[in-house]
Amino acid sequence: MTTEIIGASQELAAVALRGVTRKFGDVEAVRGIDLMLRPGEIVAFLGPNGAGKTTTIDMILGLAVPTTGSVEVFGLTPRQAIARGLVSAVMQTGGLLKDLSVRETVEYTASLFADTQPVGVVLEQAGITGIARRKVAKCSGGEQQRLRFAMALLSDPALLLLDEPTTGMDVEGRRSFWSSIRKDSQGGRTVLFATHYLEEADQYADRIVLVSQGRVVADGTAAEVRALASGRTIQATLPDARSDGRLDEIGRLAGVESVEVRGDHLRIRAADSDAVARHLLRHTDARDLEITAQGLEEAFLDLTGQHDTNTGNGVTR
Amino acid sequence: MSTMIDPATRRVPPRGGFNATVLRIELRRMLRNRRTIIFTLVFPAAMFLAIGGTVDWTVDAGHGNVGAYIMVAMALYGAALTAASGGAMVAMERSVGWSRQLRLTPLSPTVYIIMKALLALVLGAIAIAVVNIVGVIQGRPSMPVGVWIACALLTLLCTLVFAALGVFVGYIVPGENAMQILGPGLALLAFLGNVFIPLTEGSMIYHVAELTPMFGVAEVSRSPLTGDLNWVGVVNTVVWLAIFVAGAAWRMSKDTARV
Repeated sequence: MTTEIIGASQELAAVALRGVTRKFGDVEAVRGIDLMLRPGEIVAFLGPNGAGKTTTIDMILGLAVPTTGSVEVFGLTPRQAIARGLVSAVMQTGGLLKDLSVRETVEYTASLFADTQPVGVVLEQAGITGIARRKVAKCSGGEQQRLRFAMALLSDPALLLLDEPTTGMDVEGRRSFWSSIRKDSQGGRTVLFATHYLEEADQYADRIVLVSQGRVVADGTAAEVRALASGRTIQATLPDARSDGRLDEIGRLAGVESVEVRGDHLRIRAADSDAVARHLLRHTDARDLEITAQGLEEAFLDLTGQHDTNTGNGVTR
Repeated sequence: MSTMIDPATRRVPPRGGFNATVLRIELRRMLRNRRTIIFTLVFPAAMFLAIGGTVDWTVDAGHGNVGAYIMVAMALYGAALTAASGGAMVAMERSVGWSRQLRLTPLSPTVYIIMKALLALVLGAIAIAVVNIVGVIQGRPSMPVGVWIACALLTLLCTLVFAALGVFVGYIVPGENAMQILGPGLALLAFLGNVFIPLTEGSMIYHVAELTPMFGVAEVSRSPLTGDLNWVGVVNTVVWLAIFVAGAAWRMSKDTARV
């Protein structure tokens, strides 16, 4: 994982977070994040709600100040970088005036920068030339999102931050949004996007930074993050699973991480899935056995510590 | 599209982002709002013509006549409404996250407030001009040109009280509802402020009215005409300005969690 960072020391990091924490009263939203982004990387900031993603993005944008630690964007403070049009962001919701037209919104924003791309070009890039005269209030959620995207592209930013950018988009909208981001970043733009859609992180990011409870818990390619949470899941149908201490027996097997029961359905996570399968087939009435490797979702739940909260009426070790 | 973006080539905009494009778009935005036009431009002029029918225009009042007196009052009412709706818009823009969006641009927050204040003054001036032009066309108000100009300028200055009120109310009553409250609210204050109909001096209601926010600015704005500026009016204006600015600042500071 650290190989990602070594190369960054030779050139100016797009984003450098060093020992960043952020407290809101007694609540520690961010508990110490170190993160270097190299120019040109597309990075997913993945984590459950409340993991500290938005707070971290706010600090990179200078909308929040870290309680301790430092934030640098291309060697500048966030505010200096924004004043030079180096950073822009597409926010989840809001941020638009309903009584302006699409074109007016882009013109207004463009007028605030020293240098921008022509308004017409940006409208074209975001695919909203056809609705340029429409009032923002009359635009659909997807159209408003493309407008935010157009505003973010105006200054030709070197770093683009996207906070849950595809929330509320349909599958097609999501796909076309990402294809334009991809196409766009070939010019060397760094993209950091917060998401809780695993498939989105998996499909579109070069690198996944997994955060949980205000800390980075994994950092690497999708394959690397998946490999971090090793082990397999064994599922089977086992009538009367709860009787005769059967669960305890299974739980005592070497390498078993957790055992869940829902009715007749048994779900076991273990490092040595073969041993568990052998035991189930020899010593119990288990049937419909199914063994699966960890998906990214499993790794995600595993590394963010959400597994334990999700076991229903099961038994967990 | 650039091959590799070089941060060193990037410039900061001059004057903190202050520019004419924003002023033009904002002005157009306010002027195409039908409610703004009716309540701030048409209504005060109509009130001026309507109230005029019930009193004797030509009776002397200070350095001019009653027609001039009513015209100054209606201009104040119109300008107060524009300023209040402009103030309420600042709060509305924060509530929909537009201010946050602007924080992602080089625009400095101070320049934002300066541009908003400038717009409030421009719109206030338009509202005052409309009533005055209607007055000129109708031909009944009469006062020396110097007094006429002095009244108009003082009225414009006084509208800042209501810009602050607008921001304050805009924060307490979120979204578009702020104007629903400010409209009737300001009408009531105008009655109490001796703006629509003259209250009997020394009466019970007059003593209450003296304490309300529009009473002071009304006294101040027509002082060049009446030639009489008493301390009650001045104190009233200053105190209410302080209260509204403090209230607006208080609500704004409560709202900084996610600017």
